[in-house]
Amino acid sequence: MIRPLSISALRSALLGTCLLLAANVFARGTGDLGIVIERADGSVQVVETSTNSSLGRIEGLGDLSHASAVYSRDEQFAYIFGRDGGLTKIDIIDKKIVKRIMQSGNSIGGAISQDGRLVAVSNYKPGGVKIFDADTLELVANIPATYGDQGLQSKVIGLVDAPGQKFVFSLWDAGEIWVADMTDVNKPVITKFKDIGKNPYDALITPDGRYYIAGLFGEDGMVLLDLWNLDAGTRRILDGYGKGEKKLPVYKMPHLEGWAIAGNFAFVPAVGHHEVLVINTLDWSEAGRIKVHGQPVFVMARPDGRNIWVNFAVPNNDTLQVIDTQSLKIIKTLTPGKGVLHMEFEPRGGQVWASIRDEDRIAVFDTETLQQLVTFDAKKPSGIFFTSRAHRIGL
Amino acid sequence: MKKMLYIASLLGAGLMTSLHAVAGVDAARQNELLYFIKHDCGSCHGMTLKGGLGPALLPETLAAKPRDYLVNTILLGRENTAMPPWNTMLSRDDAEWITEQLQDGKVMETELVLNKKSQDLSGTGK
Repeated sequence: MIRPLSISALRSALLGTCLLLAANVFARGTGDLGIVIERADGSVQVVETSTNSSLGRIEGLGDLSHASAVYSRDEQFAYIFGRDGGLTKIDIIDKKIVKRIMQSGNSIGGAISQDGRLVAVSNYKPGGVKIFDADTLELVANIPATYGDQGLQSKVIGLVDAPGQKFVFSLWDAGEIWVADMTDVNKPVITKFKDIGKNPYDALITPDGRYYIAGLFGEDGMVLLDLWNLDAGTRRILDGYGKGEKKLPVYKMPHLEGWAIAGNFAFVPAVGHHEVLVINTLDWSEAGRIKVHGQPVFVMARPDGRNIWVNFAVPNNDTLQVIDTQSLKIIKTLTPGKGVLHMEFEPRGGQVWASIRDEDRIAVFDTETLQQLVTFDAKKPSGIFFTSRAHRIGL
Repeated sequence: MKKMLYIASLLGAGLMTSLHAVAGVDAARQNELLYFIKHDCGSCHGMTLKGGLGPALLPETLAAKPRDYLVNTILLGRENTAMPPWNTMLSRDDAEWITEQLQDGKVMETELVLNKKSQDLSGTGK
């Protein structure tokens, strides 16, 4: 039934429109927006996922190889962490750089605090974590990753935010995990876990923010830290998962991301074995191994947990595989093009975007039919980050 | 038009070969290797080769090292580090050419020259 609009409803609708227009001619929500890193050109493309289009480009962000991003909680600003140590705050509505600083010589990733007021960056050189005011990008804390008796500084990887205004990160050279409590920004409280294992290469935090899991490059195994029970210390899981098998060369370091959790299973890349490892999250025991096409790089669960999408290191980086989480079998092998670097699911999982670096394009797939829906140009695209990350712990 | 492109590509190959005549690594392969250095070596050593998880690959860090040592590191990897053996993807000639480019700091420069040539070429092709 269609009802005629009452005069008062019409009036308030008109008034609302006028107010919107007065505030910002181009006012629009940001919940369906995202950015695509264009690694070689130092630019970022702003995209939207409702009709799958590009809204424009922001340039001048420096060396964006291996760049990543986090969002402000209002989803208007993104913080881009560049390889060259650049930290850039961009406005994705006005499509402009708000502020850009060079905070180190060489950095790897970042995180935003629970309250949205702090942005942390993990650095290779000088090794450590720097924490900035999210509003002004002024330095509020510097945590050098100093270890051992010689005063050495470790490269820092696997930096995530955790509940209670914490940041958690791992020290590649030192084999340590540190928890920084930033409740009082003037007095960060650091809890260190030493001798966790050799060369942690990346880490994830479970979507509930409770478990921090670091993958080891120097040993077959992972390290679990229960953030609810820090006194219990770290615990080795999947210990010696590749024992007795010849280790294959790793042509690109795998990544761990918090959303590779589906139901009671966590899915993680094996290192040096062409396998995806399945962990039972109830007791953290190994629940299976799935043979895949190459060295997995990203192992990502569709938001509903039904499928897992996997991409691979060179020379197998033209392929994507889709795993069914009920049967633990590969249900589809796609070859979208050379240089598939990253994937990002829409928040409700209907579509997944993949960056195809060597072909200078983005491909969007329907996650039910597994068919490519659309493809569009991007210059050497790498990371894809949708604004829904603003409201996810650890992303 | 097809003919034009064909001539242009012949011209291009001629120009590039005359730029860097290295045994076993032709101009097309050089282009592939440059891309490889930037994006695949670059995933650990940084796209601008200033280092990342792996050390910087700039002339100041590499020039003093014996060429064979570097060639072998590329082909066979380095034990107990994250450097894998690349001999499944690269020939010895490839590795020697890459080493030469890195030690002499020619990667960025060579890329510029190749880019410029291909741009000039697109001009002549029209």
